[in-house]
Amino acid sequence: MAEGNGKANGKAKEVIIEVRDVVVGFGSRTVLNHLDLDVYRGEILGFVGGSGAGKSVLMRTIVGLLPKRSGQIKVLNVDMTNGPEPARHAVERRWGVLFQQGALFSSLTVKENIQFPMREYLKLPQRLMDEMAVAKLEMVGLDATALDKFPSELSGGMTKRVSLARALALDPDIVFLDEPTSGLDPIGAGDFDTLIATLQKTLGLTVFMVTHDLDSLHTVCDRIAVLVDGKVAVAGTMETMLASTHPWLRAYFHGKRSRGAQGLDTKADAAPIPTP
Amino acid sequence: MNGKSLLEGTADGDQLRLAGTGAWTSANARQLEGLIDSAVRRYAAAKAVAIDMAHVDRLDTFGAWLLERLVRAFSARGAQTQVVGLKEDYRALMDELHTVKLAETQGRPNPIVQALASIGISIAGVGQSLITMINMLGALAVAFLRVIVNPRRLRFTSTVHQLDNVGWRAVPIMLLITFLVGCIIAQQGVFHFRKFGADIYVVDMVGILTLRELGVLIVCIMVAGRSGSAYTAELGAMKMREEIDALRTMGLDPIEVLVLPRIIALIIGVPILTFLGSMAALYGGGLVCWLYGGIDPEIYLQRLKEAIDLKTFQVGMIKAPFMALVIGTVACVEGLSVKGSAESLGLQTTASVVEAIFLVIVLDGLFAIFFASIGM
Repeated sequence: MAEGNGKANGKAKEVIIEVRDVVVGFGSRTVLNHLDLDVYRGEILGFVGGSGAGKSVLMRTIVGLLPKRSGQIKVLNVDMTNGPEPARHAVERRWGVLFQQGALFSSLTVKENIQFPMREYLKLPQRLMDEMAVAKLEMVGLDATALDKFPSELSGGMTKRVSLARALALDPDIVFLDEPTSGLDPIGAGDFDTLIATLQKTLGLTVFMVTHDLDSLHTVCDRIAVLVDGKVAVAGTMETMLASTHPWLRAYFHGKRSRGAQGLDTKADAAPIPTP
Repeated sequence: MNGKSLLEGTADGDQLRLAGTGAWTSANARQLEGLIDSAVRRYAAAKAVAIDMAHVDRLDTFGAWLLERLVRAFSARGAQTQVVGLKEDYRALMDELHTVKLAETQGRPNPIVQALASIGISIAGVGQSLITMINMLGALAVAFLRVIVNPRRLRFTSTVHQLDNVGWRAVPIMLLITFLVGCIIAQQGVFHFRKFGADIYVVDMVGILTLRELGVLIVCIMVAGRSGSAYTAELGAMKMREEIDALRTMGLDPIEVLVLPRIIALIIGVPILTFLGSMAALYGGGLVCWLYGGIDPEIYLQRLKEAIDLKTFQVGMIKAPFMALVIGTVACVEGLSVKGSAESLGLQTTASVVEAIFLVIVLDGLFAIFFASIGM
């Protein structure tokens, strides 16, 4: 529920997702190897790592789509493995997930997609649900004209926005975003970042964002966690990342693309590249 | 919940003071909506409204929207409306919802017009699907001619793979089904013909019926359900994932690459299955005649030889490749007309099987007329 911006108050930060010693693997391959991670209430956590390092695997493990071999995951202080079934079910209502491809139900319209969780979990009159669908759509930067479209008629950016609206349908505490800006043009990606930051402030969300987008990390993320070799190598603010001496982090955050995102002059580096 | 109402009003002349309490969240939204609507109706005459939100301890989008709706309802009647005591944390949320513009609600269209329109659309759809079917046959003919001129263009591996799927792997189930159908016909024949001592004519019936009609029909219906649906689903899924567009952009003709091998496989496979099926039915019929009807296998074969000739067998076999062409064409047309949604894939697969079986039976009728007129 909306409880304002958690960062503003000076109280000790409340851990909202607690991942302890988690091991996840497929066959003989271990993807997450004794991984620990804390996510605090009201923050936007950017989760980075190389392609195939297991970022999405961790996200899918937290939301219960993948089984883990060992370890413990607590969300909103409920043990998601051994906790009582009703409590775990209640937690599932308090998070929203934005999948990489949107995962909108293709046979339902935009309006029906957004209303789907409301219809399943809340007993609301149709009029209120219709108005809420418009309100949610406007919150993600679309308007009522999109209501009766089918997912196959939406552009990539619109699909992401509609699925974000669906993820927000029940006013969740936590939103999981799997590469929210992938496949968007830089302007669209920038808009989406701003949107996430705005929504985080207005709704008091905690955002867990798997991303590759260095601009997103710079502009919206409060904290960044880096996944290397199945473990969180470093977690902290952007300054911590830039100060780290870990070789993978140096390559990632001091590469040319990263400097561009920081607004540093990259031309000096670009010059030695031989031009054909 | 505590006993206190979420919203309480105290009217003082045309001054109205509304006080909200508790959690204005999605869980209470239904109750809250009722309270708000009744407050708007009850205090319709209010000229100045103050909404005190100081005792609302939780507010989510649902609650905030209902508050916004309350404000709008009073403002629309010209009342001075203000919200006081709202926690600072929720200010941004209220501002966000303040800008929401609701769509103009359109009246429902006339149901009679809608019914007429849907009849019109489906009739136009029949015409349209006939045209796409003819279009596909034309495209197939062109692709086939290209392959004839240059046989190396034929996707041989793909054709063999499809033949394996629709032919070889279908043999056990086809044999079983036609065998059972043969048994049933013979049993029914023996049971009824025995009443007037015409047991032996059961053999004539089994022979002519299976070879001319039932062998090919049963096999075609099975193939439409088994392979036609698979074709539609495969091509439909490829269409949804833009794989067919990808083929086109590489300068390849999807008809030649995907459709032709599948249809050639069916045209080869269905006659073979028909032959095997007819034999299984004759075998089943013979078995029942022997065990149930007391007709010796030797007599059965003797009688069969007299009852049928090569023509009977030919009639069934000639029909098979045409039926295969119809099944394959319908399946591929339906597969290629799948739209973006999962629902459309299901609809087209259903349509493919239903249309294919329907057309197979219609075609069988046309063949019956044709063979009768040429005396076969």
